[in-house]
Amino acid sequence: MRHTNRAISTAVSAETIERELEEGLDRPSDAVARYALGLGDDALILAQRLGEWIAHAPELEEDVALGNIGLDLLGHARSFLTYAGSAWGLGEDDLAYFRDEHEFRNQQLFERPNGDFAHTIARQLFASVYFDALYRRLTSSADATLAAIAAKALKEVEYHVDHSVQWVRRLGLGTDVSHVRMQAGLDAMWPFVDELFRPDPSAAGLEGVAVPPEELRDPFDRTVPAVIAEAGLRVPDIPAARGGGRDGMHTEAFGHLLAEMQVLARQHPGATW
Amino acid sequence: MSASAERQRPDGQQRAEQQAAEQHETWPLWEVFIRSSRGLSHVHAGSLHAPDAVMAVRNARDLYTRRGEGVSVWVVPSSAITASDVDARDAFFESAEGKEFRHATYYTASEGVPHL
Repeated sequence: MRHTNRAISTAVSAETIERELEEGLDRPSDAVARYALGLGDDALILAQRLGEWIAHAPELEEDVALGNIGLDLLGHARSFLTYAGSAWGLGEDDLAYFRDEHEFRNQQLFERPNGDFAHTIARQLFASVYFDALYRRLTSSADATLAAIAAKALKEVEYHVDHSVQWVRRLGLGTDVSHVRMQAGLDAMWPFVDELFRPDPSAAGLEGVAVPPEELRDPFDRTVPAVIAEAGLRVPDIPAARGGGRDGMHTEAFGHLLAEMQVLARQHPGATW
Repeated sequence: MSASAERQRPDGQQRAEQQAAEQHETWPLWEVFIRSSRGLSHVHAGSLHAPDAVMAVRNARDLYTRRGEGVSVWVVPSSAITASDVDARDAFFESAEGKEFRHATYYTASEGVPHL
């Protein structure tokens, strides 16, 4: 990949990417854009799920913590989607609000319903460790923009890992009720872990640019089972779900999520707020 | 619990259980002190609830440093702070009142003293 403008490195955001593109930053190829779209959708959909907790978390402080993590993820999503969309003349809003279910490329873990707090923490542990491993590798991508987005995201994701590890520990070693619920949360989310590490057609053929998902299984396996064991919980032994999120196949709950996320933009096209 | 509700519920055991449940559901209160990048000392920023000290530091990060305000955070259990009595402040601070000579501005510089 050759880039005319490599200034894009620190504190990258959707706005800076948009400006750099106007100033002559190379637009991604169709293949790179499709890869970035999948990464953007993962972050966008999880951000939407975490937003559902606002005003519903067990404590005000946790409300803010989950909201903050969601906003971090939304920032990553906006950067990826802005960059991806530039290949097709589409903006981040076109991609977020005017695609239908089968056009979204997020993996199914990220669309799983929140369940109770322990379910959300289980999903957040798996997601954060996955993001951490992915972005760590993506920082050395040959695509300077993807590398810059990953570098910015990595700093934030490190905190997300810490947040969920702290909670898994507390719920696992807390009361009998919290222990049972945390185990139930791990069990409910576990079938959707396998999909994260299956070969991704959009990453194939992008050697040096994309990170092959199957190479992320190792760092995940070095972290997550240890966290679970340390919290006195057991690593679930449950068969994997069918997956297919990267091909536009989603679970039933996803339609409801999209309806809520998109209704305002679709009822008032072009509205700004 | 209102007085009328208490009368309706004379069972002391039941009340004790309810109080225990109420206490259980509230995390302890922590006072948060933040040192800004240009500050020399930690300044009280506010308070928050958290289940323990480790989570209190994290909650403080989320609640009080979102706009890059701080480089260091302290949390202290609110119960560990002993405070002066606000209602008795007149008497408590009285001896400081009316003693302007304790301030440097009270004095006029003597003639012929250079560099003051």
